[in-house]
Amino acid sequence: MDPLSWTGSIAFLNPLLFAALGLLAISILLWIVIGAVTPENRAITNEGGTLSLSAGPQGLAALAVRITFLASAVILLAYVVLGLVMGTGAGIIGAISQRMLPVWIALILLFTLSISFKRRLGLYGKLFDSPIGMIGFGLVMFWVFTGIFGAFDMIVTHDSLAQASGMKNKAPGTPLRGAEDGDFAWYLLGGDNLARDVFSRMVKGAWEVVKIAPLATIFAFMVGITLGLPAGYYGGKLDTFLSFLANLILAFPVILLFYLLVTPEIVATGLPQYMAVVLFAFPMVFFGVLLNARYRTQPQKNLIILAVVLVPLFLMYMSLINAAGSKIDFWPLDFFDVPGGILVVFVSVVFVNSPTVFRIVRGLTMDIKTRDYVAAAQTRGERPWYIMLWEVLPNARGPLIVDFCLRIGYTTILLGTLGFFGLGLPPESPDWGSTINEGRKLLSVYLHPALPPAIALLSLVLGLNLLADGLREESLRD
Amino acid sequence: MGLFILRRVGVMILTALCLTFVVFFMTNLYPNLEKLAKTQGNFRMSDEAVASWLEKGGYLQSTPKKYLEWVGLAPSYQHVADDGTITGRCITPGMDPAEAPRFCGILQGYWGYSTVFKDEVSSIVATRLSLTGTLMFWVMVVMVPSALILGVLAGMKEGSATDRTLSTFAITTTATPEYVSGVLFIAIFSSSAVGLKWFKGTATSAMESPNIENFLLPVLTIALYGMGYIARMTRASMTEVMTAQYIRTARLKGVSFPNIVMKHALRNALIAPFTVIMLQFPWLLNGVVIVETLFNYKGFGWTLVQAAGNNDIELLLGVSVVSVLVVLITQLISDIGYVYLNPRIRIS
Amino acid sequence: MSKLEHTDGPILEIDRLSISFFTRLREIPAVMDFSVSVMPGEAVGLVGESGCGKSTVALGVMQDLGKNGRIVGGSIKFKGRDLGEMSVEELRDIRGNEIAMIYQEPMASLNPAMKIGKQLMEVPMIHEGVSEDEAYQRALEVVTDVRLPDPERMLNSYPHQLSGGQQQRIVIAMALMSKPALLILDEPTTALDVTVEAAVVELVKDLGKKYGTSMLFISHNLGLVLETCDRLCVMYSGEAVERGSIEDVFDEMQHPYTQALFRSIPLPGADKNARPLVAIPGNFPLPHERPPGCNFGPRCDYFEAGRCDAGDIAMADVPGNDRHATRCLKFQEIDWNAPITVGEQKEKTAPGKVVLKMDQLKKYYEVASNALFGGGAKKVVKANETLSFEARESETLAIVGESGCGKSTFAKVLMGLETATDGEILLDNQNIEQTPIEARDTKTISDVQMVFQNPFDTLNPSMTVGRQITRALEIFGIGDSDAERKARMLELLDLVKLPRAFADRMPRQLSGGQKQRVGIARAFAGGARIVVADEPVSALDVSVQAAVTDLLMEIQRNEKTTLLFISHDLSIVRYLSDRVMVMYLGHVVELGDTNQVFSPPYHPYTEALLSAVPIADTSVEKEHIVLEGDIPSAMNPPPGCPFQTRCRWKSEVPGGLCESEVPPVRQLEAGHQIKCHLSDEVQERMTPVIKIAAE
Repeated sequence: MDPLSWTGSIAFLNPLLFAALGLLAISILLWIVIGAVTPENRAITNEGGTLSLSAGPQGLAALAVRITFLASAVILLAYVVLGLVMGTGAGIIGAISQRMLPVWIALILLFTLSISFKRRLGLYGKLFDSPIGMIGFGLVMFWVFTGIFGAFDMIVTHDSLAQASGMKNKAPGTPLRGAEDGDFAWYLLGGDNLARDVFSRMVKGAWEVVKIAPLATIFAFMVGITLGLPAGYYGGKLDTFLSFLANLILAFPVILLFYLLVTPEIVATGLPQYMAVVLFAFPMVFFGVLLNARYRTQPQKNLIILAVVLVPLFLMYMSLINAAGSKIDFWPLDFFDVPGGILVVFVSVVFVNSPTVFRIVRGLTMDIKTRDYVAAAQTRGERPWYIMLWEVLPNARGPLIVDFCLRIGYTTILLGTLGFFGLGLPPESPDWGSTINEGRKLLSVYLHPALPPAIALLSLVLGLNLLADGLREESLRD
Repeated sequence: MGLFILRRVGVMILTALCLTFVVFFMTNLYPNLEKLAKTQGNFRMSDEAVASWLEKGGYLQSTPKKYLEWVGLAPSYQHVADDGTITGRCITPGMDPAEAPRFCGILQGYWGYSTVFKDEVSSIVATRLSLTGTLMFWVMVVMVPSALILGVLAGMKEGSATDRTLSTFAITTTATPEYVSGVLFIAIFSSSAVGLKWFKGTATSAMESPNIENFLLPVLTIALYGMGYIARMTRASMTEVMTAQYIRTARLKGVSFPNIVMKHALRNALIAPFTVIMLQFPWLLNGVVIVETLFNYKGFGWTLVQAAGNNDIELLLGVSVVSVLVVLITQLISDIGYVYLNPRIRIS
Repeated sequence: MSKLEHTDGPILEIDRLSISFFTRLREIPAVMDFSVSVMPGEAVGLVGESGCGKSTVALGVMQDLGKNGRIVGGSIKFKGRDLGEMSVEELRDIRGNEIAMIYQEPMASLNPAMKIGKQLMEVPMIHEGVSEDEAYQRALEVVTDVRLPDPERMLNSYPHQLSGGQQQRIVIAMALMSKPALLILDEPTTALDVTVEAAVVELVKDLGKKYGTSMLFISHNLGLVLETCDRLCVMYSGEAVERGSIEDVFDEMQHPYTQALFRSIPLPGADKNARPLVAIPGNFPLPHERPPGCNFGPRCDYFEAGRCDAGDIAMADVPGNDRHATRCLKFQEIDWNAPITVGEQKEKTAPGKVVLKMDQLKKYYEVASNALFGGGAKKVVKANETLSFEARESETLAIVGESGCGKSTFAKVLMGLETATDGEILLDNQNIEQTPIEARDTKTISDVQMVFQNPFDTLNPSMTVGRQITRALEIFGIGDSDAERKARMLELLDLVKLPRAFADRMPRQLSGGQKQRVGIARAFAGGARIVVADEPVSALDVSVQAAVTDLLMEIQRNEKTTLLFISHDLSIVRYLSDRVMVMYLGHVVELGDTNQVFSPPYHPYTEALLSAVPIADTSVEKEHIVLEGDIPSAMNPPPGCPFQTRCRWKSEVPGGLCESEVPPVRQLEAGHQIKCHLSDEVQERMTPVIKIAAE
């Protein structure tokens, strides 16, 4: 077996890509310079929305940027498509592209479906009107699908924990020594300092993020919303107290908190579990109050709906906080156990994120509660929680959705930080933070173990930020 | 105004007490103490031996009492051994117990003794903090002006070429945490694999003599992450101000565009970013810890990692006190600055 | 920098102007084929409903249409020069120097972080390059001109330290700093209270004369235009439909829209039973859904298919009148003097038994005197002071007053959102003043309901219309099953004359008037017996106002509802109310039948209020009363009579009684009461404020 080169037989695309990227850079520069130098064309003759192509040197520069950008995108697509067809023939890129086949299929399906029905999909559909939002969404879904399929062992080429002899710190594309039939014959992105496959670890790492980050963010939102609504709605002493608590947590240097909270000793005391008891109760409270407020006037219906929703939630909750052999171990119906390390990571991430959500929700509530429809609800004798959850919250959704995307990104960064300091997650965990940390030690000699997870994390968070930006833009539009 | 500051300071002290208590509580949980006993004494200590060691050090009192002692508001614990010798926190070896002060806590300037560095906590914190101070100073010098300029330029004309490009740049930097950008920088600029080798991948030598070669990468790494965030805030604030009615008034008064930006928009647009910059400190501390670990710069953040990693309780407490205070003081400045910048609140 | 030379001819000449906005989807024409000219020293009014493009014309003149708007046809000539062909620098010289603009929101149009003096001085410093000292002197002079007290202190303050009326005077001063040749006023008084508005309008008129400035006055209020302008131009859906001198257009209107507009506003003489208003049917067309031919065609009584919708219609001169033109093909065929076909006349319903009685109601608030820094002495705000009145079944009681008069507080106490400090509220002889809404039973809550002011705020934007009404039914315990409630909800939609299909619509798909109808349906969901309508039509366009008012009246008539109609607009109050209560700074200053309140003797405040309301009728003569100063803050009311600071009759009361004692309530004739120190003889001397010239 020969080692794979990066592009194999599609190397002819490289100069094209470089040329396109170079031209793109030049045209962006020109665009800026022209925009700054030429006096602002009078607003009325300038920029005509659909007619903007006709307008002077500025329009030309913008057009050039658009064309070169498209060209670069097309060439990149060519890499993927050719790679898909030629596999290892197209070098490492080709092989990766082929391994990623399920992801491509899922992405194409998702985008065609979404775009064809975008007018009926509300804010989500409008996302496909914004190029920025689409790029962001594409990046995010790429990693989400990678994570999900990776979890089913579909994309990975090797066991992410297995060490292969002679593959320590080997460069990308090195063939596996003594590969047997059925084994994938190369380490696509090389081996790390324990001779594990970097590509497979990166794919598995995506699952670690996809598994924890959105869920932790949802919990943080539940906590923040459940506390922020009454603080903003009632104001007064309750607000002062809750805001003080939130500021307390916000003033706490995050890294210090992690170092204090995420240690085996603390896990042994059961503290994270007690925190989990409190934090994980919020979704139950939230849904309970939400439904009760809505169906209060129809007691029978109310009881059925509450039972249908709350009983499963309660069982989940008890399974979650109850763990055999830990401080909380009394509940007989324990369906699953969460490892102490993961639980503490989860709890601390929720804990750190919820005060910020609290502040946003509180601010929005204070604004919305002055609206006439809130007064209308008050004058027809609605209970406060109905007003908060059904009159105020739905109208705060725009900024909250945007913040939700940003916050998943931020949570991803936090998880990376934890991994980087080796906190919480098991040492051989393939998560990106830990991998970067291991890789950085030999960074001056071997780049390949640290760079893939670094770039993966960067692109996922970038995707989330772009997605948030797109959503913000679109939600402001109407 | 005086009353306002007084109230803020009061809240700040309350916050500081709460936070330090939390840190104190968490570091003094029994498993941590047990570990401390074993590292200080003997790893094969029996449970009884551990208990008696802790008893001797006064660690087995109730947490609030220990906390008050540590702060210096309660007389500190003294242990009378079977042979009648008295030992205690305040009694340095060789000192007559009768002459030793009764109170020795943070307020009296007694910060404790580091078990890892074998030195007074106060002196460790002071030296490390000054090193980090240098780092932060340069970070601020790089980050704040460039972020503000970036934000103002981008927000001046929403949707223009400059805006698009700068916004993309800002988004990218906010998506790049320090441990990613640091790794990328080291890989590109200092590794033998790429071969540029323009800068050094470690900043250990910068502790004595900081220069571009050994200091630029760490400074840039921290600055970049915060910069994107501040720039985006500034841009948002600037675009909002630029669409305000009074800017239209100014424009239709015949004020030229540069003057609109400088005289009318800037002050209103900088109110929001100012608070953001100040509230960045808790996050910057994050960056400091990561970067100091990554570049092996033995400052405050590095000390925090060492203290936490080695269960050095007193040092960790000292580090926490300082970081909490830094955060709270910047918050206070931010509050006061906000009031000062905003005449709507200042004069009412 | 010098001003442009001006020879004869119009100062501003807009010729066949068309302006469009471009969105991602389409081009939206905002103004089409619009022509108007303004002669030196002339004031031209631009009237139309919201969305008709009148503000766009103003921005077009300023050449400030933003990046999406552009002029797609025609020209705008200022002193003979085409503004569209000027360079950016030339335009900058003209803006603020030759053409100045005054806006709707004075607070928003002043820079919050800049002292007022600096904002004023900037203008001559830019345009004439004068020194700082000279600019300061000039600013001082102009601030004195706009009749602001203590000009030096004014120049040294920030905008937020001034009241709304003062801010608007500053904006006017800023516009006049360079003695411009043309002043554009875009709804300059909409955000102000009526009495303050009257003073500002007066000021603008005087200064216009003093400085010899031409004016382009944009407003939705025909009465205001009548008071300020020489000529006017009526716009509808992006087009000028009629143009001419005030007298010609008001008295010899030649366009069906102008006629319909006048018939839908309550003028003196209109009466809800004998001469009801005629609402314009249908809705204002959206800019991208305009009909072919005449834009007004689908709503026009004189519409003739095949002719009016055949093609574009040009402006045609009306023979015999001076510069009077109309955009109607049939203007010479229509008999403009035909009497209004009066809709069905209704019997005046007799008021029934007393359902609501207020007795000596007081509501005080305690507020910290310094909100931000906390602490400090607590202040007591007396929002309502000894409020007493009765309201009967199927009676309309109007509550009139400007901002800070305590009408909203009163509504809150009645609804149970606040509890009274003292006094009684009797609903069917049961005390409810101390029962907060949580403690009220469903019957009481559904009996007393409210219609809110702002149509864009009254409905929850993320719930369907049907769901919002159904929720009210659920809460009021009406209907035993979802199906029953749905049926009732649809009936309610019928009641407010909305198509049943609207049940599934989201509020953003509805127009302002339609939203207000849903609000009314929601209020009547539980069979409300007392409805508090808080300025229910003031945010709506004139033509929609009439329809919504009519609807309210009709439901009231059928359901025998007691309507508490809160408003500051005396025209509409006179039109629909049976009794009127005038409030000022928490006090009821006058209470009586509509006729009693609208004819002398008046309370001096009522008198001023009557004079301040602009009336769009050339045959009405008004006595001219302008109140000095602003409404005092409720936080800091004057001693004695609340109105004494602005009262023009104060000198008639001996011994400074007005400044030391709150006047007692004096009963005049049956049910008419006034809170004033003026003696009977002085009251006798009062003459009617509004006189209709002999018809």
